[in-house]
Amino acid sequence: MPRINEKVSYWMLVLPALTIMVCFYILPVLGIWEIAFTEPETGLGNFVKMAESNAVKTSFVITFRVAAITTVGCLILGYIVAYAISNFASRLTPLMVALVILPFWVSVLIRSFSWIVLLGRSGLVNDALIHAGMIERPLRLMHNELGVLIAMIHVMLPFAVLPMLTNMRGISGIYVQAARSLGASEWTSFRQVYFPQTLPGVLSGALLVFVLSLGFFVTPALLGGGRVLMISEYITYQIQEFLNWGLGSALSVALLVATALVLLISARFVNLRATLLERK
Amino acid sequence: MQVSAFRIFFQTGAWLVIAFLVLPILVVLPISFTDTSYIGLPKEGLSLQHYANYFSDPDWLGATWTSVWVGLVVATCASALGTAFAIGCWFLSDRAAMVARWVLITPILVPPVVQSLGFYRFWVKLGLIDTHVGVILAHTLLALPYVSISVFAALTNLDRNLPRAARSLGASVMQTVWAVVVPAARPGIATGFIFAFIVSFDEIVGVLFITVRNVQTLPKMIWEGIQDNIDPTIAAVATLLIALTLLATAIGVLRRS
Repeated sequence: MPRINEKVSYWMLVLPALTIMVCFYILPVLGIWEIAFTEPETGLGNFVKMAESNAVKTSFVITFRVAAITTVGCLILGYIVAYAISNFASRLTPLMVALVILPFWVSVLIRSFSWIVLLGRSGLVNDALIHAGMIERPLRLMHNELGVLIAMIHVMLPFAVLPMLTNMRGISGIYVQAARSLGASEWTSFRQVYFPQTLPGVLSGALLVFVLSLGFFVTPALLGGGRVLMISEYITYQIQEFLNWGLGSALSVALLVATALVLLISARFVNLRATLLERK
Repeated sequence: MQVSAFRIFFQTGAWLVIAFLVLPILVVLPISFTDTSYIGLPKEGLSLQHYANYFSDPDWLGATWTSVWVGLVVATCASALGTAFAIGCWFLSDRAAMVARWVLITPILVPPVVQSLGFYRFWVKLGLIDTHVGVILAHTLLALPYVSISVFAALTNLDRNLPRAARSLGASVMQTVWAVVVPAARPGIATGFIFAFIVSFDEIVGVLFITVRNVQTLPKMIWEGIQDNIDPTIAAVATLLIALTLLATAIGVLRRS
């Protein structure tokens, strides 16, 4: 009897947050599914239209390509930083960690604005290159995929570094030392002994960056200038310009399903619990 | 020990990547002191006109104030709800609690535009469009995952025998939670509070969908500024925000050491 009573009081703590999450978040998101199947008329019309549209296909291809390149870029750059922080102890290590975390606290909007200032037609990079006499006419550095990718990698990089850091901190140096003392070169011991141990961290980082990039809106919208239409921007375009709620919602459903599929597939390789529920 | 090429590669590579992370953010600093009326480096000399513009413009100041107070309300609500939630789940530690924890972090996984569409349609039904209550509710939902994750992380090191001892000595469940578990969770609650504030303070996509003219937040002003005409006032605002972030980080680092 007291055990059951106790459980009830613990649920009393859980329920307020859970209830408002279900009522005001889960239900509204499910409402999008309803719109996709009912507006303007009940049926699969929106999904048929979506499947037939070349613009939608292009947008999905762009979305996955940008997300994939961003992920690879973040992993390579992030790995180098995480490796240096975890393996070369020096007085500057705390500073390195602080500088990696700092951009995290600066809003995505401001970071994107900085890149507009740098990469624009008369931005600082073009100005500097023209002044130096290296180019005659400004280069197109933004309002194309290049600009979006540069800014996306910049925004997503901390998401890749942090799980890799957590992982590398838990790796004992003994194994690499053993490999080295048995005659392996620094490079071989890294490749065959150290790197495999860091794979869980790499995959966690990859999953985080890829999933967040798939649905990213702010940076692609600002740096893409309407020329790099990722799905999120395409959805707002359908709804704000054409008031086409049916197609916009169908696209949202497709994006949700794509995200869910990525998570389900990656669950085979990545510890989702450690990546999402128990991250630091 | 001799310095190998391998080591040099990772060492210099790491600093280059950190430069790529940090330096671009700092370009707003020289821009904010420009004496021109467009975005560019200072021509003749430094000028504070764009700071003066920010501090004398009721729109910018009003939006800043809205973002601050909405952020504080959101952080308070999310911290209270999220802490209770994480503590309850920590006590239960069963399958149902695990499912509940996954439900609570869905806002991290759902793309911002998709959830904002959901908010918009639902808020229209509830009459919450373009109201502060509507924004606070939406932001609280988006902040809850961060609070529950950080409170839960703080509780993983708590010895389960401590609340048991309190219970066996006659404390009620609520007394135990309040006197034993909450103090242990305090660092996590503090982190969660800060996270929740930042989530609300920086949130843009939701605000674009569920507000019109009545509610203006700082991110919305910056967004509209970037879209319409690029006015150097944005650079002044950005510089102020970055300076505040640096200050807060420095205080945090100093307090820890």
